[in-house]
Amino acid sequence: QKALSYTDSSHRVDETITTEHKATTHNNFYEFGLSKSDPSQNAQSFQVDPWSLTIDGEVENTITLGYEDLFSYPLEERIYRLRCVEAWSMVIPWVGFPLAALLKKAQPTSKAKYVAFQTLYDPKQMIGQTSRFLGGGIRYPYVEGLRLDEAMNPLTLMSVGMYGKTLPPQNGAPIRLVVPWKYGFKSIKSLVKITLTEKQPPTTWNLSAPQEYGFYANVNPKVDHPRWSQASERRITTGGLGADKRIPTLPFNGYADQVASLYTGMDLRRFY
Amino acid sequence: MLKRNQLGNKSIVIIKTIIHAMCLYFLMSRFYFAFTDQLGGDPVQAIIHFTGMSAFKLLLLTLAVTPLAQWSQQGKLMRIRRMLGLWCFTFAVAHFYSYTAFDLHFDFLLLGSEVIKRPYITVGFFAWVLLMLLAITSLPILVRKLGKRWKRLHNWIYASALLIGVHFWWSVKADITEPVVYFVMVVGLLSLRWQKLKRYLGSARR
Repeated sequence: QKALSYTDSSHRVDETITTEHKATTHNNFYEFGLSKSDPSQNAQSFQVDPWSLTIDGEVENTITLGYEDLFSYPLEERIYRLRCVEAWSMVIPWVGFPLAALLKKAQPTSKAKYVAFQTLYDPKQMIGQTSRFLGGGIRYPYVEGLRLDEAMNPLTLMSVGMYGKTLPPQNGAPIRLVVPWKYGFKSIKSLVKITLTEKQPPTTWNLSAPQEYGFYANVNPKVDHPRWSQASERRITTGGLGADKRIPTLPFNGYADQVASLYTGMDLRRFY
Repeated sequence: MLKRNQLGNKSIVIIKTIIHAMCLYFLMSRFYFAFTDQLGGDPVQAIIHFTGMSAFKLLLLTLAVTPLAQWSQQGKLMRIRRMLGLWCFTFAVAHFYSYTAFDLHFDFLLLGSEVIKRPYITVGFFAWVLLMLLAITSLPILVRKLGKRWKRLHNWIYASALLIGVHFWWSVKADITEPVVYFVMVVGLLSLRWQKLKRYLGSARR
């Protein structure tokens, strides 16, 4: 991993940051295996350069970014909470740029209402994509989606680094999405395609278990996962057994001031 | 002729010693690694999975003893069944304790609501209670006191095994291959006792 140059942004949570070791060895990235330690072991030879990220669909300008282009935007560091749908959380210093900067360049047409995202599909490198047994029975490539206004929100980040360096493969190198007010699975990794669409795009976990994972997936302590409570979370920061704490989960993961207005009038129990 | 290759008392002692040593070693070392943060990014999840899976594996071994002893005509093997069952319970206690202590941080209100509201935790909890009853009543003095009833009570291990299989199955997020394999093993071990179970269920109905 290379060191990155960036500026500090004002988006900084004043909470204990998770150690780099924990954030890079405890990963959900089924493309590289099902257990939390698999990705850090199976992804080390993952090729990120050359890379190609295309922004297409309902846009005036179709854009294709190569590996170097991913780092051509002014980079800033943001310290965000990351809340996994499995009721654990971390605090991570990301390096990146707002997705809005990228989308503005592509110029969404008036038809564009949603943004669809797609992870690389490459079974030769991603062992989880070679069979349903290794990949957890979810369909590949992994896809995610946001409403256009969610995608344009200043909090929505395209991350190319963490802890001051480029992303390790298990964390979604070379470029990933970070949506801090939604459960972690929305923050899709190793992006190759961003497509502006008129209709709501399919999303991987929603396809896999629609009664458990909705399109919105906003962090919400009042709406439980069918199999566990979302009212509180275990914050992983540093140390061994017994070192972490259980803390109450905040609506929109503590970012309600910035994003609650996106959902005015919506029944968030229905649109979970 | 038949008794030619019978295991001696000495062999049973050796087998028992090996099982004790292995169980003790794995239990202690995993907790040591977890406390010293050498068990991956999230030692809490790692220790919960490890203790749960170990308890399940030991339960399968416990259930395998009787058919194995019959098939191999080694009656003395039956002597290791009780210790395997008790080790299973020990790991089950460590599993339940790890969940309560390190995941929920002794939030008993949350524990209560999770046991009631979450089907996979409900079945796991019932399986755990059954194992506890069986562990307590495996004290030699109680075995003698209970007499015939002991056997009937300890048949509940079959129900516990099925519940644990379901607990594992319902706990996974996506891929159910591993839980299905384990469930098939449970069903396989129970089907070896089909005649007995049929008799038992028949008498229960009447």
